[in-house]
Amino acid sequence: MSMYIGLFAYLILAPVAGCLLAGVDRKITAHMQGRVGPPILQPYYDVRKLLAKDKRSVNGLQTVYIALYLLFVAFAGAIFFAGGNFLLSVFVLTLSSLFLVVAGYSARSPYADAGAEREMIQVMSYEPMVLLVAIGFYLVHHTFNVGALARGSSSLVFQLPLVFVGFIYVLTIKLRKSPFDLSTSHHAHQELVKGVTTEMSGRTLACVEIAHWYESIMFLGWVALFVLTGSWISVVVAVIVCLVIYFLEILIDNNFARVKWQVMLSSAWALALVLGFVNLLIVYIR
Amino acid sequence: MSFSSKSPWIIHYAATSCNGCDIEVLACLTPRYDVERFGIINAGNPKHADVFLVTGSINEQNIPVIKQIYGQMLEPKVVVGIGICACSGGVFRECYNTFGGVDAAIPVDVYVPGCAARPEAIIDGVVTALGILDQKTAVLRASRGAAPTGVASGSQGEEGQPSS
Repeated sequence: MSMYIGLFAYLILAPVAGCLLAGVDRKITAHMQGRVGPPILQPYYDVRKLLAKDKRSVNGLQTVYIALYLLFVAFAGAIFFAGGNFLLSVFVLTLSSLFLVVAGYSARSPYADAGAEREMIQVMSYEPMVLLVAIGFYLVHHTFNVGALARGSSSLVFQLPLVFVGFIYVLTIKLRKSPFDLSTSHHAHQELVKGVTTEMSGRTLACVEIAHWYESIMFLGWVALFVLTGSWISVVVAVIVCLVIYFLEILIDNNFARVKWQVMLSSAWALALVLGFVNLLIVYIR
Repeated sequence: MSFSSKSPWIIHYAATSCNGCDIEVLACLTPRYDVERFGIINAGNPKHADVFLVTGSINEQNIPVIKQIYGQMLEPKVVVGIGICACSGGVFRECYNTFGGVDAAIPVDVYVPGCAARPEAIIDGVVTALGILDQKTAVLRASRGAAPTGVASGSQGEEGQPSS
């Protein structure tokens, strides 16, 4: 029963929460830059406007790829919030990113191509660390089942502190925050116009935006999994930790310039190797 | 209710202007004027943009560029000519190489005169353009509602033909 509650709560409430999160993000970003900023509901207005635009796209296939991207992002989150297999959720999420990459390539435009290539490098950068998170969870509780992991005897973050730090590092890549907003970005100009989303417009772009709302909430769910133990106090702590982590991401976003892909790839892999493996080794020996 | 005017994304193109108007356009995006308050974002991508800001007069060199950008923008869209050069050609009007204002190339919805146009005037012009954008959105929605079958079958026929 709780499985269905989690499932439907995610599918219905995640876009709402993700939209509000994006709105608050833009407001805080504006205040950090000494501006007033848009209304909190601005991301909702943006998507509604995109949906009202003329139905055109560079090719029919791109729309299908983006629809699949949205579908699999929602599916990955649904697996997670239904208390299913964490590893499966990770793999489904990777599949969804690949649909975004293919959608970028399908336009045959130099900007979208370069954006798609960078998106692929981003997937390569964060994937090892995310897999080490899954392995870490398994080593501690001997299960990939999210329902069981969330009801552990103690918070996973105490067993996996270095893995947590490494995960927060790659979370910046996943949330498309500067310094790792290489493939596409929400603000300002970049040398690739809009990277992977350059050739997307109207409904297609709205789907990408909604998928991003789903993703953001799922990643915060992953962060929460490090804290949850099953008691209601841990839920409160998890929400606070998620908000603090997201604020940290906004702070990082506003304080760093975009890096080259070499720096992103090497630093993410180095952190995954050092922090991830050292932490897993300690857990394994114990 | 229309959401077009609540989230107008802008593309900005400098035709042969002296850069004075461009600097004023970019000044609108600074914290002092902060046009993101109105949801305005400088998208820099015609496929994402709703409002096309043009500065400068039209000549042989830039007329294909302007038509290309305008053509890549999805309906509903509005065009704002900023500065006297974009309105009528300005001091370059009589030059042998100048066609005139932006309306020599594409339909213009709002003219913002000035040399250079002040940020307040530009914001005023864009806000006026948003009213027109809302009207165009309503027209587009009405045309969609009036002939949904005709539009759908027409587009399906185009897509279906190469395969069949």
